[in-house]
Amino acid sequence: MLTIQGLSKKFYKSTENEIEVFNNFNLYIEENKCTAIIGPNGCGKSTLLNILAGSILPDSGRIILNGEDISNLSEENRSRLIGRVYQDPSMGVSPSLTILENMSLADKKGEKFTLRRLVKKNTIDKYVEILKSLDLGLEHKLNTKVKYLSGGQRQSLSLIMATMKHPDLLLLDEHTAALDPKTSYIIMEKTKELIDKYKITTIMISHNMKDAIRYSDRIIMLNKGKIVLDKPNKDTTEEELIEIYRTKLFEQIA
Amino acid sequence: MNSLIITSIEQGLIFAVLAMGIFITYKILDMADLSVEGTFPFGAFIFAKLVSTGVNPFVSTILAFGIGSLAGLMTAVLFIKLKIKPLLAGILTMTTLYSINLRINGKSNIPLFNFESVFDIGPALLILVVTVMAIKITLDQFLKTEIGYLLIATGDNESLVKSLGANSNKFKTIGLMLSNGLIAFSGALMAQYQGFADISMGTGIIVIGLASIIIGDTIKKDSSIFNSTTRAILGAIIYKIIGGIAIDLGLSPNDLKAISAIIVIIFIAYNNLASDFLASIKNKGEKKYANNTRIIKKVLQKH
Repeated sequence: MLTIQGLSKKFYKSTENEIEVFNNFNLYIEENKCTAIIGPNGCGKSTLLNILAGSILPDSGRIILNGEDISNLSEENRSRLIGRVYQDPSMGVSPSLTILENMSLADKKGEKFTLRRLVKKNTIDKYVEILKSLDLGLEHKLNTKVKYLSGGQRQSLSLIMATMKHPDLLLLDEHTAALDPKTSYIIMEKTKELIDKYKITTIMISHNMKDAIRYSDRIIMLNKGKIVLDKPNKDTTEEELIEIYRTKLFEQIA
Repeated sequence: MNSLIITSIEQGLIFAVLAMGIFITYKILDMADLSVEGTFPFGAFIFAKLVSTGVNPFVSTILAFGIGSLAGLMTAVLFIKLKIKPLLAGILTMTTLYSINLRINGKSNIPLFNFESVFDIGPALLILVVTVMAIKITLDQFLKTEIGYLLIATGDNESLVKSLGANSNKFKTIGLMLSNGLIAFSGALMAQYQGFADISMGTGIIVIGLASIIIGDTIKKDSSIFNSTTRAILGAIIYKIIGGIAIDLGLSPNDLKAISAIIVIIFIAYNNLASDFLASIKNKGEKKYANNTRIIKKVLQKH
């Protein structure tokens, strides 16, 4: 489970462009559940994910993951607990290395890196097994550099690499937004399968209402750093969400 | 002509060490480290100082590597801790090294003819081939280790390195130190080869290093037989041979720097434009082929 307590964050502090994203924001996320965070641009969802991952430091507030206070851990020290898949498929991989080399790196996540050889022959079978389950034929391309793969293939690999060591928390940062509908569907299905199989607590940012309802257990809508809707997915309909978007938008214009 | 080729190959091998150093920053870390121009003579002056105080030339050359790597550490601190842009950080290190180099021995030119050198034990070509191969193999093996791969990944995608729980700054520092160590080592070899260390020996050296890497990249582009370090070595040797031929044809050594720049421009232009050019030739060729087949068909129809 994940608890966010009293989170506050301002950007461009004490300038005329100061933006307050969060002011005393609290959120509790249950273990082994997938929570979708939706909301208009600038509502704070990406900032929230960056704060959880440690790439942005909050002004105040505590983040407690499975009983451990991780607020003061650096981004690299948090990564042993947190996996992340970005919108840009290249962000989760090393493009000039091969699939095999990328997976070998991901397999060492959170461990100490030494002067031993990275790629080990006896792990190849395991990687082939994992890749086979994706059903994209990547198991035949172990020695292909990742930059030659398609966006969808790269994103599948990013997803596998982020979940390989079964993190306590998985952050999905609009991870299918850059993909075509079919590939997006394959990746979402695979994501669901992985987080169910390994029981990973997941936070997913999405602009796709259908996906949010279909693949998560709980929907949270943010607006200007505040929770405006918090419902189980079963009780939420796409029309309802779009309606809220529309009325909120009108409010902002008026 | 023969001795010119051998001299070019020998000098090329010395520059191959430099090229492997520049390869680490320029290609792996994707960073233009200009401190090279100070580090190359730095290695030469460290060697001169040590060998003139009676240190064994082999030990002195290896120490030039170790002390030279501190120049990389300086650039890394400026760049990582003080957040100075890499380009400027390199220039600041280079400028600082200029004064340090003059301080090391108290003068700008130190003759080394009266001191021992690593080339005393046998033919220079053999010694250089063995040295360069040893460095190449060590570097190749290093890049296959867990730390080596993180070095590559740091230049490729820093957020991946962080997500793996590693500190990418550490690997930038390792890369810069290794690179500058090799460059200083190359400078120490050059000082022994030419018999003196001189403050101006670093001028334009970055162009030689980049030229070597760029020429190396042009050799059988799609072939996977040549890995990156082999390419850097071959590039350095080819570069030196081209330069040697240019002088042999009667060009003044004063023009060498401009020739270096022109060589770099030609090879980069070739790398960037050749594929377009070839494609346009191929297109024309295909049109011609299409025309020919049409004519043949007409002829056949007539009969």
